[in-house]
Amino acid sequence: MRIKIEPRLIVPKWMSFLGLIAAILAALFFGGFLLSYGGLNPLVAYRQMFTDAFLRSYSPSDTLVKATPLLLAGLGVTVAFRMKLWNIGAEGQLLIGAWAASGVALFVMPPETPRPIMLLAMGVAGFLGGALWGLIPGILKAKLQVNEIISSLMLTYVAILFNNFFIYGPWSAGGFGLTRSFPRTGWFPRLLDFVDFVPAFRGMTAHIGFLIGLVAAVILAVLFRRSKWGYELKLIGDNPRAAEYAGVNLARHIMLAMFISGGLAGLAGMSEVAGVVHRLQENFSPGYGFTAIIVAWLARLNPLAVVLVAYLFGGLLVGGDSIQPAGIPLMIQGIIMFCVISADLLTRYRIRLVRPKSQELEALDTEVTAG
Amino acid sequence: MDGTTLIFIFNIVSAGLRTGTPLLFATIGELITERAGVLNLGVEGMMLAGALAGFAVSFSTGNPWLGVAAGMLAAGVLSLLHGLVAISLRGDQVVSGLALAFVGRGLTAVLGARYVQIRDVPRLPNIEMPFLNDIPLIGPTILGPLFGRQNIVLYLGFLLVPLVWFFINRTRAGLNLRAIGEYPAAADAAGINVVRLRYFYVFVGGMLAGLAGASLSLAVTPLWIEDMTAGQGWIAVGLVIFAGWDPWRAALGSYIFGALRRLPLDLQSVSWLPFASNPILGTWLSMIPYLFTIVALMFSSREAARKRLGAPAALGVPYVRGERGL
Repeated sequence: MRIKIEPRLIVPKWMSFLGLIAAILAALFFGGFLLSYGGLNPLVAYRQMFTDAFLRSYSPSDTLVKATPLLLAGLGVTVAFRMKLWNIGAEGQLLIGAWAASGVALFVMPPETPRPIMLLAMGVAGFLGGALWGLIPGILKAKLQVNEIISSLMLTYVAILFNNFFIYGPWSAGGFGLTRSFPRTGWFPRLLDFVDFVPAFRGMTAHIGFLIGLVAAVILAVLFRRSKWGYELKLIGDNPRAAEYAGVNLARHIMLAMFISGGLAGLAGMSEVAGVVHRLQENFSPGYGFTAIIVAWLARLNPLAVVLVAYLFGGLLVGGDSIQPAGIPLMIQGIIMFCVISADLLTRYRIRLVRPKSQELEALDTEVTAG
Repeated sequence: MDGTTLIFIFNIVSAGLRTGTPLLFATIGELITERAGVLNLGVEGMMLAGALAGFAVSFSTGNPWLGVAAGMLAAGVLSLLHGLVAISLRGDQVVSGLALAFVGRGLTAVLGARYVQIRDVPRLPNIEMPFLNDIPLIGPTILGPLFGRQNIVLYLGFLLVPLVWFFINRTRAGLNLRAIGEYPAAADAAGINVVRLRYFYVFVGGMLAGLAGASLSLAVTPLWIEDMTAGQGWIAVGLVIFAGWDPWRAALGSYIFGALRRLPLDLQSVSWLPFASNPILGTWLSMIPYLFTIVALMFSSREAARKRLGAPAALGVPYVRGERGL
């Protein structure tokens, strides 16, 4: 008996969906093993996480709060990944976006600026901050063939230090690792702001950032499907050399994709400071930019699917907050990603057990394959 | 040159050798893996696994060498996971490597939570070489202060580099290693088992990443904290490119990087620089190693692109017998 791996010509849609479900179940199963090794009862831990993330009255709002940066940054990662441009520095772009938006809210715009103008200015600053930070690896890749994986990640570490300089140095409030609060006009509207009209919104902190993410997802979905740009992104992703022969300007596409990708991640950072923390502070992001990579990948780089996956992963983060130790969501994310890649491949290839043939047939078979 | 300048330089060189050593192991490991034609971006995750397993086993058994063995094994097992996806399932090696980096980070964050407070772990020993001082002229001035008393991992690193260079460039097995990375179809035709050898070298690379992690948590900074590698695994991937897949240049890059990591600390003690009076400015200094990695890549990527050499031709390309010739 021999194991033979051969490619499938057509992968049915139900099969790739089934593969995804199986992969997530497998990941939870393996994760459970590790949890029990770490001294937890996996069933109790999972039930607690699931309840907190999806079943309590506050769950939808809490989960939306965590899903918002994942959605925006995940869309950013999607843009770059579509053309197989591995921007894994979304976390750094998110941090710089948050920095730029905070700078505008605290030091550029007067506090009495009308709310829409203030938020618009912060959004533009956040987008541009992230976009320029993303453009650096883009230019390095386009002009000097510098590996964007390494450069975008190195810039993430630089961004952390950059932010630390400001929040411990010139922008610090009392020497702690945070700035003072934004003026109220720099806060995103939240559900609890409308408690006078809808009493059920009491204490709910979901903010308008998720709606912005939804709009961005729809725009990207249309652009990917209908525009020349979207088509060329896909073309480059599938076969960069063919795209170049077809007259696509590769260098310009790399820089543009990194600009937009970084910009969306920067918007995620802006939305986080305007919607949740209302100031710039150390460690305000528990690695949203990294989780966004997994979100984008699980959504198969489909912007509308990113919305759904971001919500599920938001739930994972909310659930993870309620149990110790703190790294559990991180671990489960990693295992899910591995299982999904494996499932992807298992659906793309057929694994067959080949019965042993007689010696002569085997020899004939090799001859035929070799010829 | 006066005494303080000399001490300053000696401090930096000596610290560069020490902090550069874990990075050297990781870089050499990734170099070997890539020479076999497999790109493993999961070095960061494997290093963390090696650091935690090494720390935990050394703590519970009291023997740091058992810790090193455990660290190498843990990282090696993780690397085989990548091997499975990259070699047998022929998946995208970039994505699989990313996943490995995430798994390593998450896994060690969860399993390592109970080791964070521990400070008194049995460490790898320092080695005394007092006879270095007896060598005339350079003995008491250079060799003694630099190498008279250093951790044993440092000397392991010194041994590893020429050995790996000799293995890759001067042995039969090394020739096979290069063959499966450059032209797997020809290697296959010559009777080399490409799949088995690639698994083997992925495992070797993983074990070296584990050694890198263990030497970090048991010698260079003997403790365990979440994410303690701070991007060194990624820097190792970058240094392989900077090194042009050559062990000697990998060593050079690792030690320079080690010195740059230490530089901010040393510069803050220089009284006439602004960093001494204003420690917050140190954050800018701490960016230097990361920026150095980017700058190093800028120069080496251009050189590699111009000369069209360095990278193994089949790097990142799965080998399927008869499906496509490369």
